[in-house]
Amino acid sequence: MLSVTNLTMRFGGLTAVDDLTFQARAGEVTAVIGPNGAGKTTVFNCVTGFYRPSSGTIEVAHADGSRFRLERMAGHLIASRGKIARTFQNIRLFAGMTVLENLLVAQHNALMAATGFGVMAVLGLGGYRAAEQAGIEKARYWLERIGLVDRANDPAGSLPYGAQRRLEIARAMCIDPELLCLDEPAAGLNPRESEALNQLLLGIRDGGCSLLLIEHDMGVVMRISDHIVVLDRGRKISDGTPAEVRADPAVIAAYLGEGEDA
Amino acid sequence: MMAALRDAFLSAVIALGLFVPMVGLVLDNGDRGLVLRGRPIAAAVLVGLVFVGRLVMHLWADRPGKEARTIRASKIVPKAANRFVAPILLAAAVLLPLTGSRYYVDLGTLVLTYVMLGWGLNIVVGLAGLLDLGYVAFYAVGAYSYALLAEHFGLGFWICLPLAGIMAAFWGVLLGFPVLRLRGDYLAIVTLAFGEIIRVLLINWVSLTHGPNGITDIPRPTLFGLRFSMDDGDDTVAGFFGIEAETIHRVIFLYYLILALALLTNWVTLRLRRLPLGRAWEALREDEIACRSLGINVTTTKLTAFATGAMFAGFAGAFFATRQAFISPESFTFIESATVLAIVVLGGLGSQLGVALAALVMVGGLEMLRDLLSTVGEQMGSEWFSGLAGDLPTYRMLIFGLALVVMMVLRPRGLVSGRTATAEMR
Amino acid sequence: MTNVPGVPALAYALQQLINGVTLGMIYGLIAVGYTMVYGIIGMINFAHGDIFMVGSFLSLIALLGLASLGITAVPLALALTLIFAAGLAALYGWTVERVAYRPLRGSFRLAPLISAIGMSIVLQNFVQVGQGARVKPMEALLPGGIALMDDGNFAVQLSWMQIAIVVTTLVVLAVFTWLVTKTPLGRSMRACEQDLKMAGLMGIDTDRTISLTFVIGAALAAVAGLLFLLYYGVIDFFIGFLAGVKAFTAAVLGGIGSLPGAVLGGLLIGLIEVGWSAFLPVEYKDVAAFSVLILVLIFRPNGIMGRAEVEKV
Repeated sequence: MLSVTNLTMRFGGLTAVDDLTFQARAGEVTAVIGPNGAGKTTVFNCVTGFYRPSSGTIEVAHADGSRFRLERMAGHLIASRGKIARTFQNIRLFAGMTVLENLLVAQHNALMAATGFGVMAVLGLGGYRAAEQAGIEKARYWLERIGLVDRANDPAGSLPYGAQRRLEIARAMCIDPELLCLDEPAAGLNPRESEALNQLLLGIRDGGCSLLLIEHDMGVVMRISDHIVVLDRGRKISDGTPAEVRADPAVIAAYLGEGEDA
Repeated sequence: MMAALRDAFLSAVIALGLFVPMVGLVLDNGDRGLVLRGRPIAAAVLVGLVFVGRLVMHLWADRPGKEARTIRASKIVPKAANRFVAPILLAAAVLLPLTGSRYYVDLGTLVLTYVMLGWGLNIVVGLAGLLDLGYVAFYAVGAYSYALLAEHFGLGFWICLPLAGIMAAFWGVLLGFPVLRLRGDYLAIVTLAFGEIIRVLLINWVSLTHGPNGITDIPRPTLFGLRFSMDDGDDTVAGFFGIEAETIHRVIFLYYLILALALLTNWVTLRLRRLPLGRAWEALREDEIACRSLGINVTTTKLTAFATGAMFAGFAGAFFATRQAFISPESFTFIESATVLAIVVLGGLGSQLGVALAALVMVGGLEMLRDLLSTVGEQMGSEWFSGLAGDLPTYRMLIFGLALVVMMVLRPRGLVSGRTATAEMR
Repeated sequence: MTNVPGVPALAYALQQLINGVTLGMIYGLIAVGYTMVYGIIGMINFAHGDIFMVGSFLSLIALLGLASLGITAVPLALALTLIFAAGLAALYGWTVERVAYRPLRGSFRLAPLISAIGMSIVLQNFVQVGQGARVKPMEALLPGGIALMDDGNFAVQLSWMQIAIVVTTLVVLAVFTWLVTKTPLGRSMRACEQDLKMAGLMGIDTDRTISLTFVIGAALAAVAGLLFLLYYGVIDFFIGFLAGVKAFTAAVLGGIGSLPGAVLGGLLIGLIEVGWSAFLPVEYKDVAAFSVLILVLIFRPNGIMGRAEVEKV
């Protein structure tokens, strides 16, 4: 699914990620964990095209066999062509727009093609109406899954925090990704919301979309991950199933060594 | 109360420092160089105003029961406004020429020109959230496109109208392509610089633009090939319909022309808002990074907003040229851009009705006030009124500037802010 | 390139260099204000050019006022004017920040920009209403100068005024540099520049630091206003617009956020403008500055000495 090979990212003199190689397999939940400052978010931003890596390659392979190199791809193409969606640690919804509009914006490229790139639809021509109806139905499907159908016409910014998190995931899913990257999805959620999130993420995985997540909440990570990559100071120190990683002395050392503030 | 008094007093002290030298002392251009003249009363009045204003502000902020009232008012006003005010305004606009008053029709044409410019800029600033400070440059491109095409190739208004729009949009793309990648505030200053470059070019490229003298005798528009002319030829409107030729016919025709153009701008905007492109513009205004993560090509999306806005400015420019029959670089200064921006901001960044209302009040209202003042001044033979009428444009800009600041501080989302959703789930 | 007949090319070029450096000093002083504010709160203070204009008017008022009080000794009059103009312009800068920018922290993205545009329009029209729209001429305070490379038919002129401008700028910049690098105030400013939120958490009064940034920037702009008045001998309410855009260009060219960059950028813009006027069609000299701005933003948005901005996701 996703292969990161010899990835290095430097900011000035600081090496945030150092020669990192790992894979996220199709149909699995892969978690990247590590103490604060380990370089998790940097890896994430490289994969989703917000940073250009200093060196190394990132390759994604789709279910239909097509392959894309992401490290030199323009930011928006990573989502539209590479089929990689992401969420943000500090939620980035279109707060002034309604919940439904948020989900429609996510289907921009598909809907845009249906409008004949604007001109036709302004004149009311073409099959845009049907396309928009399909878009709304897709939005309804995801809203049902995250339990927000009745809030569809409210401004996204007016939702409670937990609902905003779920909406951001639903929005990301509306681009029909092959890989969904989640930046600390459980941050700030209470146990009940956290459990609902686990179910949602496992459901997404079972629907055929692979997941890559960064998470601090070990409970979430251990329960839903199929595969864990542990980083410390920009390097990979462990890689394996939850059980293997939990038993790895290097991981224990890294966490206990910085136990107080991690 | 004591705290309010103390704060008001401190504000007054600061105002003293601000106003005593700049208002209390004035540099008069005398016969032998500058002389310094004292103007203590004006300064004292301003300082007094600051003191009282600050005090009132405190008392207003501390009044009891404030929360409940403001919430209720802000929820009801926009809906009622949208339902009733817009149709009434539209009906009034359509019926205005029936008054037969040249004064009102001319004023209406002026207001509608600003309404159209406001709606055009609203696409760029209000929807896409791009601050364009050189909007007038595209207006100028439209006006000069028509004037030059008519002068050199003898093309008529109706052919040039779309060309003017295309030219302006083309310039929008040309300028936008390199700068739209930049942060928003850089875009603002680059558009500002671009507006100035266009103006300086228009002034100095004399062989093409006739420089500061401008272009005269720009042809008037025709009605399906019929001219508006005082001779009774068969190809004139009056001759064709067998009515007496009057200049007001042309004035009214121009009025309906700009009304139609403005409504076209509005219709296209409302239409685009409900389409993916318009939604992407609004999403861009809300969060550019999230847009990118959803696969939206941020640069081209911005570019379409920029070019669409420019295109409407180009249309408006061609109209301006044909209405005035004369254009010169003087009509395309930064002040015009600032005026249009102020209208958009006062209208509430994104609200079509708000823009129309703001143009009506800030352009129409102040223009009427000026005419009123100068009439009163003439009738009473009072220089004070006439002088005030003469200074009003300056005061108008002062008010615009203050309005921009006050709006941002108090209601950054505008006076008529209730946003309507572009799609609904039933 | 048009050669002025009978003028040796080297001498002509040297003359332009002198003129360019003088003008560049003025732009540099204004640019420092742009770059400081940008560094701390990340906004373009559009009203800064107009603060410069206000400073210029305050200077003229002070000079006339001092003359009418009988204080005509040039050094004393200039020193008093400088203090008066810088002090009151600082008050203007403080007020602008307090009224138009501070209430907007945390407001939506365009709000501070629009407010700044509004403030710029207010200041311009305030001065136009208060002082009239006509240009304000002033007699030269320091006529004469030194002639260099005099070959009988062209001499490179280094006027006393130019010397005064360069010396004043250097002294002011030296004081300013000391203020930023050596005092607790400067330390707070640099801390806020690094990370405003963090600086606040560490107990720095960020509001006060931001205010002081505006105050210092405005005072420097007022000094530039005085120097501009002395150099050109004529001002009007509109000078802030052009000078503002050019100084902003200087700040961007030097790398926005960098203080030495602002001065360097100012010098470059001064040289470009003077060089353009000397050798190319003078009507387009303002276009030259604007074009530089657009080109720099397109090809090197971080300027000469600026740091690359890392987008925070």
